[in-house]
Amino acid sequence: MSTSTLQETPRDEPLPGRPVSRGRPWWFWVAVAGVGVLVVSTVRVITGANDIDSAGALAAAVALAMPIGLAGLGGLWSERAGVVNIGLQGMMILGTWGGAFFGYYYGPWVGILGAILLGVAGGAVHALATVIVGVDHIVSGVAINLLGTGVASYLAVRTFTGLPGGGPTQSPPLEKLPTLSVPGVGGGLTSLEGSHTWLVADLAGILKALTTDLNVLTIIAVLLLVGTWYVLWRTPFGLRLRSCGEAPEAAETLGVDVVRYKLLAVLISGGMAGLAGGFLVLVASNLYREGQEGGRGFIGLAAMIFGNWRPGGLAGGAVLFGYTDAIQLRGGGDVIRAFLLPVGIGLVLWGAWQLWRRRQGKPVTGVVTVVMGLLATAWFLLSSRVPDEFTGMTPYVATLLVLAFASQRLRMPAADGRVYRKGEAG
Amino acid sequence: MKRLDWRRAGLGLAAPVLAVVVAFVVTTAILLLAQDPVGAVWGQLLKVPLPRQLVAVFNAATVYYISAVAVAIGFRMNLFNIGVDGQYRVASFAAAVFAGQGWLPGWLNIIVALLVAMASGAVWAGIAGLLKVGRGVSEVISTIMLNAIATYLVSFLLGKTAVKVQGSNATSTKSLPADSRVPGISVDGMLATPSKVYGLIVLAAVVGFVYWFVLEKTRFGFDLRATGRSETAAVASGVNVKRMVLTSMLLSGAAAGLVGMPLLFGQDYLYGDTVQSGLGFAGIAIALLGRNHPIGIAFAALLWGYLDQQSNGLQIAAGVSDRLVLVIQGVIVLSVVIAYELVRRAGIRMEQRRVARQLAAGDAVAPVTEGAAV
Repeated sequence: MSTSTLQETPRDEPLPGRPVSRGRPWWFWVAVAGVGVLVVSTVRVITGANDIDSAGALAAAVALAMPIGLAGLGGLWSERAGVVNIGLQGMMILGTWGGAFFGYYYGPWVGILGAILLGVAGGAVHALATVIVGVDHIVSGVAINLLGTGVASYLAVRTFTGLPGGGPTQSPPLEKLPTLSVPGVGGGLTSLEGSHTWLVADLAGILKALTTDLNVLTIIAVLLLVGTWYVLWRTPFGLRLRSCGEAPEAAETLGVDVVRYKLLAVLISGGMAGLAGGFLVLVASNLYREGQEGGRGFIGLAAMIFGNWRPGGLAGGAVLFGYTDAIQLRGGGDVIRAFLLPVGIGLVLWGAWQLWRRRQGKPVTGVVTVVMGLLATAWFLLSSRVPDEFTGMTPYVATLLVLAFASQRLRMPAADGRVYRKGEAG
Repeated sequence: MKRLDWRRAGLGLAAPVLAVVVAFVVTTAILLLAQDPVGAVWGQLLKVPLPRQLVAVFNAATVYYISAVAVAIGFRMNLFNIGVDGQYRVASFAAAVFAGQGWLPGWLNIIVALLVAMASGAVWAGIAGLLKVGRGVSEVISTIMLNAIATYLVSFLLGKTAVKVQGSNATSTKSLPADSRVPGISVDGMLATPSKVYGLIVLAAVVGFVYWFVLEKTRFGFDLRATGRSETAAVASGVNVKRMVLTSMLLSGAAAGLVGMPLLFGQDYLYGDTVQSGLGFAGIAIALLGRNHPIGIAFAALLWGYLDQQSNGLQIAAGVSDRLVLVIQGVIVLSVVIAYELVRRAGIRMEQRRVARQLAAGDAVAPVTEGAAV
């Protein structure tokens, strides 16, 4: 029905004859991270919002980033093969039930498999509708979201009612997965972090969050992210899969079995989304509760778009959104307020640079940026904390802003969302 | 020609019927797998509803209908307004706050509140429209984000404007003044029940009529449908596609703004944190099932309302969770879109075969008639 709706993001194709940019060098990102830590620690000292990068907040952020990142990975696999998947939400909900049911009866490791299995089942329905029959991808995704919600809550009532500690909308408590720590660093880092010294405490907090009490599934999720990058961008299989998302007809003429690749990609996508649901059940909480996914499938989709359909960017988006989630859960309205200061100053500087750079051109973008920066700074100065609702809104607003102001830099797979029929090349 | 039209009508009806049959089979399979009593479940779901329940079916359908029309306006233009959900919540809240103040007397208050709802729904949808027109942002993504933002925004504003009710910790807007409530329509004459149909069922009928009239009988509607069918053809005939996108997004949002109105003026009289959510997504399903046709949507909305109503008794009659109805609805949507696609392709194949047959016959016949004429 609306096959062209997702293809209107302007693309910046390299001009012929100009070398194709392969992205920025690695040290650029290291520098960005370094400057980021500097800014955050300065803001922390100025505002006294110590929870801004405490090990507790960061550990929570890492844990909350995982389901978002896994859902985003699900989106990435499917969209790289040219199938838009907004059914991630439904597949994730199926995964929460699968993780809880199999986790309760057979232990958490089988629970992981159960979550993946249920997600794959959702993916299979999406694959059947979009790849085999050729239904519009968005329509099928919406239907799967409805179906996934219904099936999971029906099954939950059917299977969890009457179990000890369980009920129609809630599973019994589940066994936890083991956690890992790098031995012998926790104590020293804790005392360093407690000193609240500029920069030292911040680095200690970050290190502690990354080295102590890491859940096994968190490590698996990170490995899946790296693995996805390797498989999709460094192997012939990945090249073929991505070619199905960029130019399926061309891929077909080269002998790629486009339908098979798309099917596989959507099944993997479902599995990832299911695992994201499993993470919520087995790690983030230790039970299934109706509605616990709280729109995280959509945030995962947002993280993937935020990250420009690339694993690295997706990870960045997931961490950012996981962080706002964590801050909100810890009631950190003051932390979000603290961020208004660097964001405000940054926007003002950026807007000023835009104005200076194109003195002849239209000043609209620059003026808007400066005004937004001033507003953010004013908000910082006039309030003591940001209401929780605004903290919760942050991921969605951030994604909208990125889409609105950086859409020229975003580049989705060229044939994403287009219904492909075998044998229609040429 | 006549025979062909019959065939097309048959094909058109085949898909929804097929979908309902598939939903029946799949649901039965799920019930068998889960070892739930199949007979008792269908017995309850297919029971003839009581008069009181029939009224409830129509009331639910009223709300679903407006929601589906809002979605359908976008669909006809090839726009996917997933944001009806957020738009109607923002609009219901705005209208409830406005009408609750009781600045205007009686019916005037109601009419202005309806306009407020339409305007706020349109504004919320307009953000997505502007982003699409100005920055090329897909409306699917932006409306998903706007839905979530609407949830937080409304809960924040509700916290700011809520009135405290003694002995309850529910937060809600101020209750409507008694003269600004729309009385229900009594159906005593037809059904033996004291319960009443929403007065604003009239609003749903008006929305449906305007939708049909504007799309099928005006130049604007023609341009809109043309743009939805083929953007390049529309551009070639002088349609300003960007303005078209923005206008249809605003119209869709305005219609979405009305979704919550029958509930506000006919049942709840306030907007609180217990207000029904998810109506926008149901609207998508219903618009798909009804093929964006004003009458088709009406039947689909009634089916949805009927399933909702009949599922209430499932727990008591069959010991099965009423969530089953969500499964049934989901399967219906999915199988209906698959069925439409299969039927559409079957239609194309039949057409091709017919043309091929005619051509073959024509080749054979043409020289003969020519010869006969000479």
